[in-house]
Amino acid sequence: MQTVKMVITGPFNAGKSQFIQSVSEIDVVATERKISSEAEKVKETTTVAMDFGRITVDNDLVLYLFGTPGQRRFDFMWEILSEGMLGFIVLVDSTRPETFREARSILETFRAYAPTPYVVAANKQDKKEAWDVDDIRIALRLDKKVKLLPCVGTDKETVKTVLLELLYSILAEMDAAAGG
Amino acid sequence: MALKGNLRDFSITQLLNLINVAQKTGALAVEGPTEKMWVFFREGKLAYAQTGEEDGSLAFILHKTNKLSAVQYRAIHERAGNMSDKELGLLLINANYVTQQDILTSLQTYFIGVVNRLFTWVEGIFRFENDALPPENKITVRVSLENIIIEGSRRVRELEQLNDEIPSLDMALKFTDRPGTNIRNVNLSVEEWRVVSYINPKNTIRQIATTCKMSEVEIRRVVYGLIQAGLVEVVRPLGAPPTGGLRAPLSQSEKDDRVSLVNRLIRRIRSI
Repeated sequence: MQTVKMVITGPFNAGKSQFIQSVSEIDVVATERKISSEAEKVKETTTVAMDFGRITVDNDLVLYLFGTPGQRRFDFMWEILSEGMLGFIVLVDSTRPETFREARSILETFRAYAPTPYVVAANKQDKKEAWDVDDIRIALRLDKKVKLLPCVGTDKETVKTVLLELLYSILAEMDAAAGG
Repeated sequence: MALKGNLRDFSITQLLNLINVAQKTGALAVEGPTEKMWVFFREGKLAYAQTGEEDGSLAFILHKTNKLSAVQYRAIHERAGNMSDKELGLLLINANYVTQQDILTSLQTYFIGVVNRLFTWVEGIFRFENDALPPENKITVRVSLENIIIEGSRRVRELEQLNDEIPSLDMALKFTDRPGTNIRNVNLSVEEWRVVSYINPKNTIRQIATTCKMSEVEIRRVVYGLIQAGLVEVVRPLGAPPTGGLRAPLSQSEKDDRVSLVNRLIRRIRSI
């Protein structure tokens, strides 16, 4: 049995656990704890180690989706999670511009870990206060070549689109490498 | 008993606050990964500071704060090398090279600079020896710690922000290909121009810093400004060894297997 993994990362409360839950065939193995920090109490619990979802492709191949812990004090986990990943997705909460800088920092950190393809997903686009994707691109200073996709973590279709776009990027990179 | 610990667990801000509130007299020795510093306090006020790397003599400090020229510094160093700082200070005042105020201001600036550098240390073993006094031949000052702590805290915040923006110095920089951007039309400082001249995807930010003799904070500050202005972007350095993922050299059959694997994943996800 071959296993491959993708990493879903992003700032605290970006919706990583929900994103994985939407497409995982198993209940996400979540390691959540009650939030102790008053400043971060925008939700009751948060992921402290990692979320873990699974998509069985066939008898020989399984895709694992790993969600990184959202709070920066657990960032020692990131490098371990990033090892051998096929690619990674940076999830951004479109309604919380105060987290954009951190999203940018997380993106740069993961880019430094591994030269794997990545996409950025602007999550919570169904919310009234969500920023436009084009504005988020400018705020995150993303090059036009970087895929920035609208996403609603609770909507399986948009989550699938994000995963597929990452896989297309991986294919394109393989093509480019074969050509070069 | 001496206070001992690691800056990782008890920050320099907390240490200075303790010394200030408890009005302590003594010497704080901090040993970082590459450097050692000594800071002396008298009744909770900064009295004297020295780094392991620098000469720390009055002549050196006056030269560093532009009160003595390089020629004057060299001459003093050669002819009055054995003179104590107090004797040298009197000699320079009497010869009208500097005023007493010049000396005190220079010493304060230098000592505060040493302490400010400590704020950028996140790792280091510290030890505070109660009642230890500065060497007798040195001129001491009395500087309140409150302003130093406030300024230092600002620097810590700035450093955290810079680390967030540029987490790795092992990445490279390239000029953005935004239409209408021309670096020649931008007003850059000498320091920024030096960095700009080395921007190339082959050079890591760390290499540029070494070449330009800049500290990690200084290079981060310059690069941060260039990124904010949209002039450069961070890229993986050209020729960097792969650390994982799919870039390890593969045979043709392995490449075909990988493509097949990704296509299987695509088909599966489409079917969910």
